Amino acid sequence: MNTNYIRIIAVLAYVILAPILGAFFDGLDRKISARMQRRVGPPITQPLHDLKKLFAKENVNVNKAQSFLILSYLVGTLIAGALFFSGGDMLMSIFLFSTSTMFLYFTGMVATSPYSTVGANRELLQALAYEPAELLTAVGFYLAVGSFKSLDIVSGKWSAILFLPGFFVAFVFILTIKMRKSPFDESTSHHPHQELIKGITSDLGARNYAIYTLTEYYENMYMLGVVALFFVNSNPWSYLGAVVAIFVLYFLEILIDNSSARVKSELMIKQAWWVTFIAAGLNLLILMLIK
Amino acid sequence: MGNVKKSPWLLHYDGSSCNGCDIEVLASLTPIYDAERFGVINTGDPLQADIFLVTGGINHQCQGVVKQLYDQMPNPKVVVAVGICACTGGVFKETYNILGGVDTTIPVDVYVPGCAARPQAIIDGIVKGIDLFQRRSDERDRLIKEAKKNGKVTDEVMAEIDARINQIKVDPSVKAPEDAGKIKEIPTGGSEE
Repeated sequence: MNTNYIRIIAVLAYVILAPILGAFFDGLDRKISARMQRRVGPPITQPLHDLKKLFAKENVNVNKAQSFLILSYLVGTLIAGALFFSGGDMLMSIFLFSTSTMFLYFTGMVATSPYSTVGANRELLQALAYEPAELLTAVGFYLAVGSFKSLDIVSGKWSAILFLPGFFVAFVFILTIKMRKSPFDESTSHHPHQELIKGITSDLGARNYAIYTLTEYYENMYMLGVVALFFVNSNPWSYLGAVVAIFVLYFLEILIDNSSARVKSELMIKQAWWVTFIAAGLNLLILMLIK
Repeated sequence: MGNVKKSPWLLHYDGSSCNGCDIEVLASLTPIYDAERFGVINTGDPLQADIFLVTGGINHQCQGVVKQLYDQMPNPKVVVAVGICACTGGVFKETYNILGGVDTTIPVDVYVPGCAARPQAIIDGIVKGIDLFQRRSDERDRLIKEAKKNGKVTDEVMAEIDARINQIKVDPSVKAPEDAGKIKEIPTGGSEE
């Protein structure tokens, strides 16, 4: 009974707090990026102002299906994240995330803009690059803890990272792709005026773009949740360690974003798969031998 | 819609500019002037932009493009013409291929003269545009509320409202914050000469 309450609270906290936390992280990102470029930068609350304005503006639909598809992307991501934070099956939530990514792909494809179409195709390439590492991470957790359920993983005696350092490296590598950070911001970018203008989001109207941004926040918080899963165990102090790890990793992502140029998508897939197969694959072999 | 002036997104289009003004527009976003601290984002997407910033005069080739970009931008919106060519046609005014300033094609709200316009002047123009953007969006909210009281808000009613808010004129007394055009002292790193 007690765990059920905690699970409900965790889901509610995810649904309500994830956009706020996501906006906070985004604001922090813009501020730190500005300071890295010797600029003052916008206030940390800037993403909230942007969201508020985008939701209030007149919405333009290039294709009638766009609004439906982008809403499906939001709902799919919400369900997948809620499943993960309620202590449910991690493998299932990863599959649900892949499904919602398909909705984003179709949102890009139904628009007529060539930038949007190329962006949508690159979104698929990105999925191709990060999917193996994501799935292997779930397999790694299963081998280390004996369960795909995130509730079982957090109540283990030891932090999972002790058994899964290679999986952690692979997961951090694909985190750059998932968060759409340079050098792997293939399908769309936070910084406009590159060869794809805004990529997959080029033909999204103001409100649809706001929904897309909101969904990105939900997805980023889920990814940071998986990072936390590597560190958390039954000891309450491990939660503090997870928070520290998240902030360190986020700073690292900003640093990589600001110090590298975009690579070709073929190179992205090659690098992501090599890192996945070497780091996570070796870890997998060792785990299978000692367990 | 409340406070929208904290998030003005720009769409920058180069009509037939010599690139002098374009470089100054980009200079406004560099560390020295840093327009991003007012929330300005130089977006490439008309569907998500609030302020349309045009440089250079209008000729027959770019007239259709400027018109289409303006039509694609969602209401409320503001047009800022940067540089003397965008304002009146400048030195090219009498040439056979130039139609004149941006106002020959779309309604312009803020004129920023200069050849090339200085970043300080551009930021000042943008701040005037932001103020106008806020007033237009407030007026649009009010009119939509009124229309809802009188009955169903149809597309015709919305078109009428948008035509009315686009009549609102810029307030020339609005000035950029004191430090907006001030050149900051940038600490030089070890690698610079």
